[in-house]
Amino acid sequence: MAQMPGTKHMTATPATRVLGAVALVAVLLMVLLGLVVSPADVVQGQAVRMLYLHVPSIWIAYGAFVLTSLSSALFLIRSRRRHDGGRHYDRLAGSAAEVGVVFTGITLATGMLWGRVTWGTYWQWDARLTTTVLLFVTYLGYLALRRLPAAPMTRGRRTAVMALVSFVNVPIVHYSVDWWRTLHQKASLSVGRRPEITGEMYWTLLYSTLAVTIVASWLIVHRYRVIRLEELRDEEALEALIASRLKEDDVQA
Amino acid sequence: MLREALLIARKDLRVEWRSKVTLGHVAPLALLILVVFAFAFDANARLLELGAGGLYWVAVLFGGTLLIQRAFDVETEDGNFDAFRMSAIGAPSLFLGKSLGVFFQVVLLELVLVPGVVLLYNVRIENWVLLLAAAVGGTLAFSVCGVLWGAMAAGLRVRATLLPLLLVPVLAPVLLAGSRAFDTALGVRAEAGWTWTSLMFVIAAVHTAIGLGTFGFLLEEG
Amino acid sequence: MSTVVKFHKVVAVAGGFPVLAGLDIEIAKGEIVHLRGSNGAGKTSFMRVCAGLIPISDGDANVLGFDMRDDRRSPRRHIGLLGHDNHLYKDLWVQEHVEFRAAATGAEAGDAGAALRRVGLSDRLWSVPIERLSAGQRRRVAIASMLVGRPQLWLLDEPHAALDDEGRGLLDEILVEAASSGATVVFASHERDLSKSVATRVVTLRGGRLMEDSGAA
Repeated sequence: MAQMPGTKHMTATPATRVLGAVALVAVLLMVLLGLVVSPADVVQGQAVRMLYLHVPSIWIAYGAFVLTSLSSALFLIRSRRRHDGGRHYDRLAGSAAEVGVVFTGITLATGMLWGRVTWGTYWQWDARLTTTVLLFVTYLGYLALRRLPAAPMTRGRRTAVMALVSFVNVPIVHYSVDWWRTLHQKASLSVGRRPEITGEMYWTLLYSTLAVTIVASWLIVHRYRVIRLEELRDEEALEALIASRLKEDDVQA
Repeated sequence: MLREALLIARKDLRVEWRSKVTLGHVAPLALLILVVFAFAFDANARLLELGAGGLYWVAVLFGGTLLIQRAFDVETEDGNFDAFRMSAIGAPSLFLGKSLGVFFQVVLLELVLVPGVVLLYNVRIENWVLLLAAAVGGTLAFSVCGVLWGAMAAGLRVRATLLPLLLVPVLAPVLLAGSRAFDTALGVRAEAGWTWTSLMFVIAAVHTAIGLGTFGFLLEEG
Repeated sequence: MSTVVKFHKVVAVAGGFPVLAGLDIEIAKGEIVHLRGSNGAGKTSFMRVCAGLIPISDGDANVLGFDMRDDRRSPRRHIGLLGHDNHLYKDLWVQEHVEFRAAATGAEAGDAGAALRRVGLSDRLWSVPIERLSAGQRRRVAIASMLVGRPQLWLLDEPHAALDDEGRGLLDEILVEAASSGATVVFASHERDLSKSVATRVVTLRGGRLMEDSGAA
């Protein structure tokens, strides 16, 4: 393929480069704060440091899925009005879901490691772990549906509906699993129970959330632009096809 | 809308009546699943009795997923979806009709599974009313979720592998609630059987509302 | 005479391919249009765009008075489409199927019998599962299913395929009848013998565009 000049065909712009640099610095600082500056916990010892990745990851994941649902709803509204409308919402929904799945995965991985250290077992059938693993699989399915070959608008509508239903389903899954099992400690920030999150730990957790948010936004922006580039490639191929059809016609006629 | 929905449900049940797929293939398979669970638990009578409620709903889930698949294969096979798009029938009616058709087929399946569980796992039904209510609630929830998700995977080449992946996480609460409600009805465990049963009705209602609102998006092509 | 189909520079994309590449055509009420063209010329796609099944991505299209850019669903109930597929439920009996289609288009169930007789399927076959019919008989059931809806615009893709001589004759009669009672007919066919064709106009497509048009007769 021919070399394509200009930032139109690149995944980065000066703005995203700055964002990337900020994200890098933010993560380094997060590592420093989380591993060195903040103290070990009285009850959980060093294992508490897992908190700084585990908790922000699930928040970001939920945030990303909220973004997916909102953009899916907007996409459906737009696509109703114009048959080719709202494609950018579809892209946003897709890239946010990808990032959401990655951070759900991180939550699960750190959660299991944490469980190994504190409970002595990787897996417990507790409410939040179970809900999270169901969430993970649900959005893996969403991504699988997105990857299938189909007309872009058809696929967009199907995946948008799926995103909406999945999101409505999150509280249903949460409450049903919660009734089923209630072993896990309560949500960390609102109801501070063991480990006591105070002082430096509190600030480190808040900061980590900010850092992870920056990283997530950077990832979403890039995924969005990659998807846009793939669409551009298809559109250019299509335009070339139309042009060649018109030309072949002129020769024949 | 109701008239159109009934028209579609009647058509689907007639297709089933002529082809006997539910009674002929799916119900025996579901019974087989019950037998295979007995192998897995080494025919431990106590374990099977304790698990009866859950195993029942797992069998419904697997059998029902095949029925959903079938309900949409019937439509996509000879381009029948095109005929629907061209007809005067609206998407909400189609959603309701398909759900109703699936509901009655899953009921057929369960009419075979209940005696299966009672006989094979040696359980006694202690609360008939609860069992019936839980079965109806769970089947309703299963049918509407199934039809909604079935339409998402309809016509795709990989639908056979994709549909279960999409469907099972959504149905997890139904599976959980159905199992616990059956535990109570079968007297295996004292649980909040009626709370779980009402949860299933709530799930059914929520997904019916979503289905009525969004089914049109799933049918359009291009 | 009023215009039933009006396309102006219509571009339509399906499966990432421009199936129509700037098609201009007008079809008036009561015409019987024979669509010709090699494979991939856009015959099927033209019909599917008319039926509102493929959206248009450029140009203007108006079918039965509906602007297809704004609303490609409303004209559908007035259109009968017979595609490559027969749109049949193979497990159902012949009569059950046609009655279902009749009910789905809001017609009387009693019309089903008349439609089946019109396409030459005797009562003997009505209670036979469609699965057991021959290809030609299935095609007839499909035509009957379309007939019961009394569409204003008939779109038939290779309707003569699989039919025997008697069936073709019957079909032609049905098309002429439909046109004379105010419907408009568009059918695609590879038949070479145009002298016997019932068409009032022959249109040839190539590369998703209009190549030749005999004009209204």
